This record gives sequence, C-alpha cells and structure tokens, in this order.
Amino acid sequence: MTTIAMQVNGKEVTADVEDRTLLVQYIRESLGLTGTHVGCDTSQCGACVVHVDGKAVKSCTMLAAQAAGKTITTIEGIADGDTLDPIQVAFHENHGLQCGFCTPGMIMATKDMIARHGTDLDEKTIRSELEGNICRCTGYHNIVKSIQAAASAMAAAE
Amino acid sequence: MGAEGLGARVLRKEDKRFITGRGRYTDDYDLKDTTYAAFVRSPHAHARIKNIDVSAAEAAPGVVAVLTGSQLTDDKIGGMICGWMVHSKDGSPMNAGAHPAIAVDIVKHVGDQVAVVIAETNGQARDAAELVEVDYEELPAVVNLKAAVKDGAPQLHPEAANNISFDWAIGEKDATEAAFAAAANVVSMDITNNRLVPNPMEPRVAIGSYDPAEEHYTLYNTSQNPHLARLILSAFVGVAPEHKLRVIAPDVGGGFGSKIFVYPEETVCLWASKRIGGRPVKWTSDRTEAFLVDAHGRDHVTEAEMALDENNKITGLRVHTLANIGAYMSTFSSAVPTYLHATLLSGQYNIPNIYAEIDAVYTNTSPVDAYRGAGRPEATYVVERLMETAARQLGISPVELRRTNFITEFPHQTPVIMAYDAGDYEASLSAALSASDYDAFETRREEARSRGKLRGIGLSCYIEACGIAPSAAVGSLGAGVGLWESAEIRVNPVGTVEVLTGSHSHGQGHETTFAQLVNERLGIPIENVQIVHGDTDKVQFGMGTYGSRSGAVGMSAISKALDKIEAKTKKLAAHLLEASEADIVIEGGQVKVAGTDQALGFHEVALAAYTAHNMPEGMEPGLKEGAFYDPTNFTFPAGSYVCEVEVDPETGRTEIVQFVAADDFGTIINPMIVDGQVHGGLAQGIGQALLEGCVYDEDTGQLITASFMDYTMPRADDLPNFQVSTTKTECPGNPLGMKGCGEAGAIGSPPAVINAITDAIGNNNLSMPATPLKVWQALQQTSAAAE
Ligand code: FES
Ligand code: FES
Repeated sequence: MTTIAMQVNGKEVTADVEDRTLLVQYIRESLGLTGTHVGCDTSQCGACVVHVDGKAVKSCTMLAAQAAGKTITTIEGIADGDTLDPIQVAFHENHGLQCGFCTPGMIMATKDMIARHGTDLDEKTIRSELEGNICRCTGYHNIVKSIQAAASAMAAAE
Repeated sequence: MGAEGLGARVLRKEDKRFITGRGRYTDDYDLKDTTYAAFVRSPHAHARIKNIDVSAAEAAPGVVAVLTGSQLTDDKIGGMICGWMVHSKDGSPMNAGAHPAIAVDIVKHVGDQVAVVIAETNGQARDAAELVEVDYEELPAVVNLKAAVKDGAPQLHPEAANNISFDWAIGEKDATEAAFAAAANVVSMDITNNRLVPNPMEPRVAIGSYDPAEEHYTLYNTSQNPHLARLILSAFVGVAPEHKLRVIAPDVGGGFGSKIFVYPEETVCLWASKRIGGRPVKWTSDRTEAFLVDAHGRDHVTEAEMALDENNKITGLRVHTLANIGAYMSTFSSAVPTYLHATLLSGQYNIPNIYAEIDAVYTNTSPVDAYRGAGRPEATYVVERLMETAARQLGISPVELRRTNFITEFPHQTPVIMAYDAGDYEASLSAALSASDYDAFETRREEARSRGKLRGIGLSCYIEACGIAPSAAVGSLGAGVGLWESAEIRVNPVGTVEVLTGSHSHGQGHETTFAQLVNERLGIPIENVQIVHGDTDKVQFGMGTYGSRSGAVGMSAISKALDKIEAKTKKLAAHLLEASEADIVIEGGQVKVAGTDQALGFHEVALAAYTAHNMPEGMEPGLKEGAFYDPTNFTFPAGSYVCEVEVDPETGRTEIVQFVAADDFGTIINPMIVDGQVHGGLAQGIGQALLEGCVYDEDTGQLITASFMDYTMPRADDLPNFQVSTTKTECPGNPLGMKGCGEAGAIGSPPAVINAITDAIGNNNLSMPATPLKVWQALQQTSAAAE
C-alpha cells in the first residue's frame, strides 16, 4: 500500500492504494469518476485518456502512485459549470459520438492535440494524431469534423 | 417538416451525458458489497479436464468462493442454447452439441471457462484464478474449416459427425443445374469471407445480484436485448424464474451483434450470487477475454458459380459454403449462414435459379454468430465479387452488367424465399456513379499512373433484409422467438410523454429519433419526451435491437401506440370542446377544432384525462396506450457503393481515395444519425476488406490476433472521408415507410473495396483482408504473368 496525494479536477485527494493500482483504476474505482473508460489491456484504444499536468496520458499506462503530486484532469473536469468546453460542444453539434464509450478519451486527446498543434489543424494531422484513439462506431468521419469545428470555434474565440 | 419532426437533422438528446463523462455503462455500477469474478480459462484449444484443484485458490486472500462446472450441474443450471432450429437437407434437426456455462469434462476452444473465482476485489480474484490448478490432457484440435470436415479430423461433439452441425440447402437444385448446363458463360470463384471480432469499445460486463429475502435476481448486463436475455436465462438456462429476474441493460458502448447473445459469464454471475449468499458478483471482461469469448463474425469458405446467357443475363447461381460456427452454437449462430445469408443471394438481380448449400461446421475456435450485417455481408460479397469478375471475363462494363440484370418490377419474388417489396436500384446506382464521377475515372487512372500509383475503381450494389419478420414466418423457419416489437406511451398529467420501448439503443440515438416521432405526431417538443428502454421491470417486453430493426419495427410499434393516444385525445377533446370528434386535429402541441379558434393545449387534455372530472360516457381515466407491432415482411434497404483506391506498387499499400455510398433506406427520421450509421458501417466493412481478420494457429488453435496489438482495428488514418447520400423508395410494409440503415455500410463496402483493388492491380486473385503484403504478392503474380 502506498499513500498518494494529487489534485483531480481541482480537488485535493489522498488515498491508500495498492502499489499495482493503475491510475485509471484509481480514478474510476476510488474516486468514482467513471467517465474515464477502459477499452483494452494493451494501451491501444485511448478510452482512458486523461490529462496529467496538462498533457494527454493514457491512464491505463500509469500507476496511480506515479501520479502522486500531479494535477489530473478528467472528462468530468473540463466544463466550467454548465458551460461546456468548446470541444464537447463540437462533438455534440457534429454528431461526433454514437455509443459514447470512446468519447471522453477522444475529447481529452483533442484538447491536447489543439494545445500542441494550435487551432489551424488540417484533416491529415487530425487523422494521424488520432492514432492512439479507437472508435468502433463513427468511422471517425464526424470525429474529424468535430475536431475541426472545435479548433475553428477556439480560433474564433481567441 | 417541423424543426424536431420526421426528417429533421436534430442534435442528439443523449449526447450531454456522454460528452461530460456522465454516461452510465454497466461497469460504472457499483453495488454495495460487490464481489468480483475472474474466470479460469482454458489455455488449450481442445483438452480433457482430468482434475481441477481449487485448494490454493480458495486459501488465497480475499477469496469468497471458487466454483466449477460440476457445481453448476449440481444446481441444475442448463447450458447455453441456440435459439434457431435449422434442419439439414434430409430433414433431420441440427446437431447442436452441449454448451455448458463452465466446461465439465472437455474444453473446446482457447478461453473456454473452466472455473470462476469470486473475491473481495478484482485483483484478488485474478490473483487467485492463477492458483487454480487444472490438469489437462491435450487433444488434437482443428481450426480450419476444410480440415474440420475431412475424415479423421478431431471431433468436437459426438452428436455432430464430421463436425457438421447441419447441412442445409435452399433453392431448386435441378433447375439450377439445368441453367448451368445451358449457360453461354459460367464464372466460378473460390471466396473466403474472413473471420472478424466485433470489438465494441465497451467490453462485456455482467453484475448478478441475488436477494435471498425476495428470492429475486437482478442482472446488469451489456445487452442489446435485455428481455431476450431474461427469457433465455429463465426459460432455457433455468437460473431464475422469469418473474424473479430483472435484467437491466443501461448505457451500452456499442454492440454490433456481439451483445445480442446470452453468454456463460452472465449466467455464472447470477448463479454465483445466490451461491455466495446474495452478494453481487461482478465480471468485467478485459479486451483479451473479449477476443477469446465474444462471438466472432463471418468466417465462410465458399465455392460460387454464376451462369449467364448470351445476352449477359444471369440464369443461375450455385453456392456451396462451409460456415464456421466455432466450438459451440451461439444464440443465433444457425440463422446467420442460412436464413440471413443464402436468402440474399439474389442480390439486386433477377436470377431465376439459385441453389445454395450451407454446411455449418464446428471447429476449436470461439463461437461465431451475428456481427453487423450477419450473413448479408457474406452474401453480398459472393454476389458482387461474381458480378465484377463476370464483367471482366466477359469484357463488358461492370455497370452495364448490373443494369442488364437489375430487378425493376416490384414486388419481386426471388427463388430463395425473399419477396422484395420496393426498390429502385437504378436510382441508387446512378446517384453513386455521378457522385463518384465514374465516367471520368480513366483520366484519374492515367494521372495516378504518372505519379507511379495504380488506381482502381470498384462497384458494389447490395441488398439487405432488415426487421426480420413476420413472427409467423420466422417461426416456421425455426426461430425460437417472435420478432415483433412493443411500445407503450405514457402521457403524464402535465402533458409530457414517456415512451417505453423494447428496442435498445447502444449508440443509435433512439432517445432522439423516437422523440422526433412523438414530436411529429403530438407536436410537443422533444425535450418533453423521455425514452425508457433497457430495463425489464419498466418495459413489459421487447425483442431488442439488432438487424437494423429499431426503426422499421420498434418505431412502428411506437407509431401504433401513438395512433391510440391520438384517438383518445381527440375523443376527449371533442367532448371537452363540445365539438365533433371528426373535426379535431392535433397540431403544434394543440388540440384544435379544425377551421375554428377553439383549441386546448395537449397538456390540458392530458390533465383532463387524469383529473377525470369531465369524461365522455364510458371513457376510462388516464392517457396511456400500448401496442405490439409485427411486420408483414422484411424490409429491403439497398444501395450502390463506389470505391476508388490507389495502390503503391512498391509497398502494396492501398489508400482509399474516394468512397461514395448511395443508399435507399426509405423514410429517414434523422439524416444526421443515418449518415453516422453509414459511416460506422463503412468503417467496419472497409476494416474487413483491408485490415481485420482473425488468425488461429493451425496446430495449437491459439488465437494469434487476440489483442489490439495484433488485430488491426481501423484507425482514423486508415479511412477516408465518406461521401454518403440517400435515394428513397418507401417501404410499403410499415406505417412510416422505413427500411433500416444500421448495417448497410458493413454489408455493401467489402466487395467495393476488393473490386477496386483487383481492378488497380490487374489480378482478381486477392482475399480479405487485403494487407499490403497480399496486395504486393498479387502484384508480383500479375507482373510474372505479363512477362
Ligand atoms: S484502456 Fe487505456 S488505452 Fe485502452
Ligand atoms: S462512439 Fe462508440 S466507440 Fe466511439
């Protein structure tokens, strides 16, 4: 057992966790933040993407203990009260989700993608940046559209 | 069309919870005192269990129980069933071998359940599962279809000689043979339809919970059809009586068929919860387990021949298919290669004589059952590969060959059961050809050649059959259930509406489209409509969602229930307004006397129904109606797809440079959602054509492609943007004229892709998935032949 402390969605949390506890397990099972999903056991699908100190990380590839002292943001933490993040809005407006299981990871990955590449994103960049996120429902067509729309909306707001 | 009514591009009501991380999937449920199940699974494809020693596991920390198949048998829990009876050519019923939820004597595929460990935490359960010692005597295994039916092959079930569960046939054998004897041209092909893993992104989960005081069970389950699960678990498996079993399928993260079936794991979780005294038992599949135990799809090996006369009219089609059913017959596995496959072999064409033989073959592999399209992709692949190949052999345009043979008059009775009710195949073909600028293709081919790329174009004109029905017909063909749907409309006293439906949404957007229908009929905003589904305690009964049936069948039931709501509303309003019932119209949320300014709000009529202070003579209070809808026929969506590819001759890598789909789905409720369904289907079909495929080791029966590292799921950069559009002929068989759109993309696209690649490389000998290696090898054959 290890005692860990970190900040999750703006709140300080501490817990005793088994050494082998993955960050995603800690987030889902201990903190009850079930928006972060587990879609695979080989770190391929990206359903579990969260931000650790502002960067997108597959939370199934990291031990909870490794996240000690860090700042974590999950899908539950990106809206400002009732005001959704522009990426959330874009996914809704462009039908960028069907079953919704991949969606939190997609949105968190998009946030990071726009932070790294800026809002001037072409389709090819988006598609290659989505390498680590699998969606089985949408064929990605509307996910790409959503990401483009989010980037434009963010550019317009700048 | 109103802003929220039929045909409107309405944004989805259900999105908010998903984009904010507040969806409620089965694994998100955390019941008090939950225990966790981990299955001990066979590492062998075929082995005799000589002994199971659970003592070390039982002594491990946190372990609550370790249970095996013999305890399941002691408790008289039945095996898994196949719910569709198919008869062999000689009239004998299929030979379905036993399928215990936990193997007792013999394991038959890698991943077969051998024991289950239940512990305080998931980690403890998995640790202890490692300590269960199973003494196996390995037996020879067979995974290959052709090998499995050979004399001397390892045998899986004593009932099924030569591993054949049934050898079934459809059509007229003699007439078809005569057509071939008289043919001007015959085209023959060996066709393999590759085995796929459905892989919805949410893995399967089951939570079984037994209440000893009430002797009542609850199952939370990733299911596409909770009522069917309840029926099978109670009436056939015998875990619990139906009135003592509640099945809840909350948000479900995709299904594509794989969550239709009733599997061993949910059976075990329910049973185990009682065994351990009523604490909930939760099992969450990991992805590797999903690869091993979720039912796979496709896996056909086919010999197909087409006969044509001197005018290039098809005169006959002959097909012999070996269909892999895996180690056990899954819930609907028998229907897929037969009634969902061979009955569609006429495609969009007038084919007077068809004869198809299907042998369902057991192998030491995971069970195979319906996966998006279920049988229809296999049929389309056979027909559309033959069409393209025939055109090439005859030296005529593939477009012309199709046009020459299109069915143009409806209704049309095919020689293989189906009676197509409506369609306009020329319309969707023309739409696809013009959207793809088909006529200018050769210019693009030349331009690509100047860049060193091989460009090809391929067509596919598919037909499918949705909304499997009517119940009496499917019953006569062997279905163990009826395939109708039910709906209940509850109007609340304030005029808001709840729709209880037997359909189940796992990505299809029912909460929006079903509400759009209510808006269309009653004029109330969709935000005042709540769709209730996925809980057997709330919805009386229903058959769930698969086979693109929720629109054509599920919404038809809602429509019928709305008819009754409208009728009662009008009668009551006429009474309240002292007008004639015939003059009452419902419009924009108002109940009006036509041609006057007399009106009541719909909510006022609803309130009047509940206060019941002033009702017409004999009218019951309240405003709630239900309906069951049983279709009169299947529906027949159809369309044309054009795929254009560029192949890099150096690497064999294929890039899809254009994909055009023109589909006829009949009436469309929400074009945004329909487009999305097509996109998703196309991705799965293109995935099958280019990337996906199971590989089993032929000697050991190990699934080599058992993770996302080894099984190539389509990623964003594997796929193009899709150009989708629709044409429309209404389905005459249901009140809304709908046909269904969920599977079309996966059905129509694989042959379009392979036809395009084979066109590009000038070699027709190419199997799916067309990986760069295979394409490169085919190119070497082409150039060797040219030398
Ligand atoms: S669960 Fe983390 S990548 Fe799949
Ligand atoms: S929306 Fe279902 S997996 Fe992406």
